[in-house]
Amino acid sequence: MRSVWIMAGVTFREAARRKILWTALIAGALLLAIFAIALRVQVHEFQSRAMSPFVRYQVESGMLMIGLYTCDLLAVVLTILTSLDTLAGEISSGTIAAIATKPMARWQILGGKFLGFAGMSAAYVCLTFGGAVAVAYAATGVLPVHPARGVLLIVFECLEALSVTLLLGTRFSSLTSGVLALGLQGVAFMGGWLEQVSGFSQSADIVTLGVASSLIMPGESLWRRAAYEMQTPLAGSLSFSPFANVSIPSGTALVYAAVYLTVVIAAAVWHFGRRDL
Amino acid sequence: MDSVSPTSEIAVETRGLSKTFGSKVAVRDLSLAVGRGEIFGFLGPNGAGKSTSIKMLLGLVRPSGGEGFVLGAPISDVAVRRRIGFLPEDFRFYDWLTARELVTLHGRLCGMTTARLAVRAPDVIDLVGLSPHLDRRVRGFSKGMLQRLGLAQALVHEPDLVFLDEPTSGLDPMGRRLVRDILRDQRARGATIFLNSHLLSEIEVTCDRVVFIKDGAVVAGHDLRADQRGELRVVVRTGNLSGHAVEGLARWTTSVRVEPEALIMTVSSPAAIPDAVRHLVASDVDIFEVVPERVPLEELFVRIMGEDPGL
Repeated sequence: MRSVWIMAGVTFREAARRKILWTALIAGALLLAIFAIALRVQVHEFQSRAMSPFVRYQVESGMLMIGLYTCDLLAVVLTILTSLDTLAGEISSGTIAAIATKPMARWQILGGKFLGFAGMSAAYVCLTFGGAVAVAYAATGVLPVHPARGVLLIVFECLEALSVTLLLGTRFSSLTSGVLALGLQGVAFMGGWLEQVSGFSQSADIVTLGVASSLIMPGESLWRRAAYEMQTPLAGSLSFSPFANVSIPSGTALVYAAVYLTVVIAAAVWHFGRRDL
Repeated sequence: MDSVSPTSEIAVETRGLSKTFGSKVAVRDLSLAVGRGEIFGFLGPNGAGKSTSIKMLLGLVRPSGGEGFVLGAPISDVAVRRRIGFLPEDFRFYDWLTARELVTLHGRLCGMTTARLAVRAPDVIDLVGLSPHLDRRVRGFSKGMLQRLGLAQALVHEPDLVFLDEPTSGLDPMGRRLVRDILRDQRARGATIFLNSHLLSEIEVTCDRVVFIKDGAVVAGHDLRADQRGELRVVVRTGNLSGHAVEGLARWTTSVRVEPEALIMTVSSPAAIPDAVRHLVASDVDIFEVVPERVPLEELFVRIMGEDPGL
């Protein structure tokens, strides 16, 4: 395992030096600033007129979820963009030759890279998620119901995106991997919305399409589960949004996501282990 | 080339190793054996399959057929790589690392301790002449400096077997001499060097033995250590040269060429020279100078590979 941790360390440092990470951090900081301003304006507006505490809580809780959803999207995109070059790019440039001839198995290289990027993504999620919660609490006093569960599910979603990106990188060029990984993320996004729509439309075909999309890429269902965990049932039941409780991913969906992650990593290890470098 | 069992005396051995990419045959039935402590040259024109062969020996490319052993272990063995160093052609790595960090990282991946590397990394960087740049980021390094650093990472763990793919391609004459000295030092400590280079003059002064590879197959081998007692080219400055005298040389020579000012003959051993000269004198040829010289590797290369058909 020593080699895995050495690779994880150098991968984390490599990831931390990428401009895209700093761009995402700046984007995260901007998001928090806008979020703080929006909350302040909203609170001020609430104070200027009589507002039922129930409605006020609904709106403030909804705004917190908007902030957290943006953090989630940023984290997933950051994970894909920072990691898409790590295998494909190093294979095409020849950098991998100096690493893959060291006394370690290919799975250890992949494992180290996975852990390095996972650490970076987790750190980014904690930072932006913590920032959004702190800003919302300072402005409104509203907190997520189960913040730890929410963070873990968002990190889980990032790991799904990371594993898919690494798998694609074992086979395709950086550019192709990036397009495919983002495309799959789009499928997941659509699947999430279709499942939400199905809650209203009662159409069996829409349900099937939504479930099929979520099976192809289960990332978005993890977000919806996170949203469910972070809101009170009442707050989540009254809106049509990416954080509504209209169609809550079940425990089975979480198990499927875990199996999906395992299978994708195993496929990446298998293909990376067999391919010529 | 005869196959040899993977014994402790053999550092590298292949038996019928081959690689095909789709319908293209990159390496065909490669069989060779490299003894421990040798500096071995692997020669061939572009696209002959040299790099693919090295990559198979290092586990980077999966063979389509045959088998190979390095230091007595199958080429798929990961643990044996602890004793192997490799300088890839056009070495590159994360350029935000300093020279010291880069060599330390590679040493750690080879199982060395941080304490040992604190001493060894500066030493090996000094060995390749990069001491003044020890803590400088690799980003600003020239191609030659990167090549030297690549050599440092290949040698940091004092491997028993070192594969070098074009180690002097980006180096100036001083750098080439440095690499030559380093390779000799490595051999002196018992390491085996497997060298792939286009620079035949470098190979000639560095290697003990070479093989020539063409279209993915070994076509010839040549022991450079045996050259002192082996085939020689003899340039004889003559006058009054007759056709009869030239024809009579066939008994002691493998080839004869007549040029305006000289007779150039190739003999299979130095012992043939006095007899050949006696024959010329007896044939009333005036002899002004006799200069024996080794057959240049480049000439041997062209003779074995044939003329360049062009790309």
